[in-house]
Amino acid sequence: MRTSTDDGSRLAPVGPRLPKHEIAGLAGTSFKHQHLQAILADDACGGFFEIHAENYMGAGGPPHAALARIRQDFPVSLHGVCMSIGGPQPLDKAHLSRFKALVDRYEPALVSEHLAWSTHETTFYNDLLPLPYTEATLARVAEHIDEVQEAIGRRLLLENPSTYVTFQDSTMSETAFIRELVKRTGCGLLLDINNVFVSATNQGYSALAYLDDFPLEHVGEIHLAGHAEQQDDEGDLLLIDSHDGPVADAVWKLYDIVIGRIGAIPTLIEWDSAIPDWPVLKREAMAAQVILDAHGQRTLREKIHAVA
Amino acid sequence: MPSPDGTHPMPAGCVGSYAAGFVPPLLAPDRPTPALVAGPNGKAAVKRFNVYRNNVTVSLIEALAATFTATARITGEAFFRAMARFHVRETPPTSPLLFEYGRDFPDFIARYEHAQSMPWLPDVARIERAWLDAYHAGDAAGLPPAALSLIAPERLGDVLFEAHPATRLVRSDYPAVTIFAANRRSGPVGRIETSAPESALITRPDLEVVVRHLAPGADLLLSRLLTGVPLAVAATEAGRLCPTLDLSAAIATALDAGAFTAIHHGG
Repeated sequence: MRTSTDDGSRLAPVGPRLPKHEIAGLAGTSFKHQHLQAILADDACGGFFEIHAENYMGAGGPPHAALARIRQDFPVSLHGVCMSIGGPQPLDKAHLSRFKALVDRYEPALVSEHLAWSTHETTFYNDLLPLPYTEATLARVAEHIDEVQEAIGRRLLLENPSTYVTFQDSTMSETAFIRELVKRTGCGLLLDINNVFVSATNQGYSALAYLDDFPLEHVGEIHLAGHAEQQDDEGDLLLIDSHDGPVADAVWKLYDIVIGRIGAIPTLIEWDSAIPDWPVLKREAMAAQVILDAHGQRTLREKIHAVA
Repeated sequence: MPSPDGTHPMPAGCVGSYAAGFVPPLLAPDRPTPALVAGPNGKAAVKRFNVYRNNVTVSLIEALAATFTATARITGEAFFRAMARFHVRETPPTSPLLFEYGRDFPDFIARYEHAQSMPWLPDVARIERAWLDAYHAGDAAGLPPAALSLIAPERLGDVLFEAHPATRLVRSDYPAVTIFAANRRSGPVGRIETSAPESALITRPDLEVVVRHLAPGADLLLSRLLTGVPLAVAATEAGRLCPTLDLSAAIATALDAGAFTAIHHGG
């Protein structure tokens, strides 16, 4: 009469209700486990943390212990990387239910995924692969976003990709494609300004023109990251979305412009490779916080002037 | 299904054709850049597409390197990356959870031509794969060491043990545990003096994964207990195969390691 217990029923017992931490107007960083002790010892840390959902899809162990600890004190943003929303095949139902379980368990302040794909048939390619922008892919991606939002019971923020190639088949611009997705699904947007800069450089268009055409009013989060430089077949500059260094000056300038237009949107510094010590990463987030706060004070002054 | 030449039969213009056209060259360096992509204004896209090839291959090699750190330290980085590249191209992941990747890697190492002089290397890799399983396994409290002493002696033989979700056993014909332990950390590796077979018990009673070297026969006992064989039967079988088995020491080691979560009475 051996009693069997599966892993699911062995999860930590339901603890106290999670605090609701406000994320509005904050800058944050990617959460890396090696920073946990430094973060907890840092009395002046008031930002938010973003996690890659897939890293927390195991049953238990140190990843969940670290995330549960961080979630007690800080707002958390849940960022999915592998849903393959931009792929032609149906979403992986098991993956979607794992994603939903994380949303339910950690009650993140923000939930996001990518306009890209990573799985084809049964192979997982572990990269954010591009898609052509056509009426057919638009309909398919909209179905996928609907399915995710239905499953998690809340709005998803969709991130614009960094791209290195174009498809001969594309019939519309990326911004037109994204605008139509917002209209059809009611999803929000995660504006990755480094991706805008990388794609604009690689595709030979103006980053500012892209931003002019982007539905900024639906942006619920901003990403900033570092990139690397290579060359294409003609020897022209080809930027790589490498997340392995500080944010470039040109990207900071675009960020300042975007915040001036749409206000203090929660902003994440992504740094996923060659990860520095916590003080260096925090310094990047503080640089974003200065821009966010400056906008807040400007807005406040304008309001006071309007009243006076 | 792909046709024999590897191209996909899905017709152009179908919504899925871009993915089917994009993926075949990702893990096959001899295949040309897909015709469906280009640079802006019709520029060539060879180096551009290679960014994706590189992202896919290198990130998967790095996932293996992060899981199999002792294996990589033993072989050296260049050897490991070459070996991992072959494996990534032959057996790419089928789950978006990268901590599930690499289950076939130890068997690949066992048949990898250039690793034949290191016959213990697959077992070191098996310990590392088990280590990662234990790391992500479900949380559970271990069986209190006193639990067994509460059971009446005449009923002890019927006892069944319930395995902790993190518990793994790796048996080796080589000193794999000693080699693993010497290479898993970054300090200097001394000369490995033993050549005796070793088996590893991998557990995670709380948040820290622990790898123990089991005494002879203890592996035979535990492999049975972990699959639900009653204590008396497991002890008899293991004792027959290994007459030097110290039964109480083996059970004490397993309890101390947190290998079980509960005991039940059979029958």
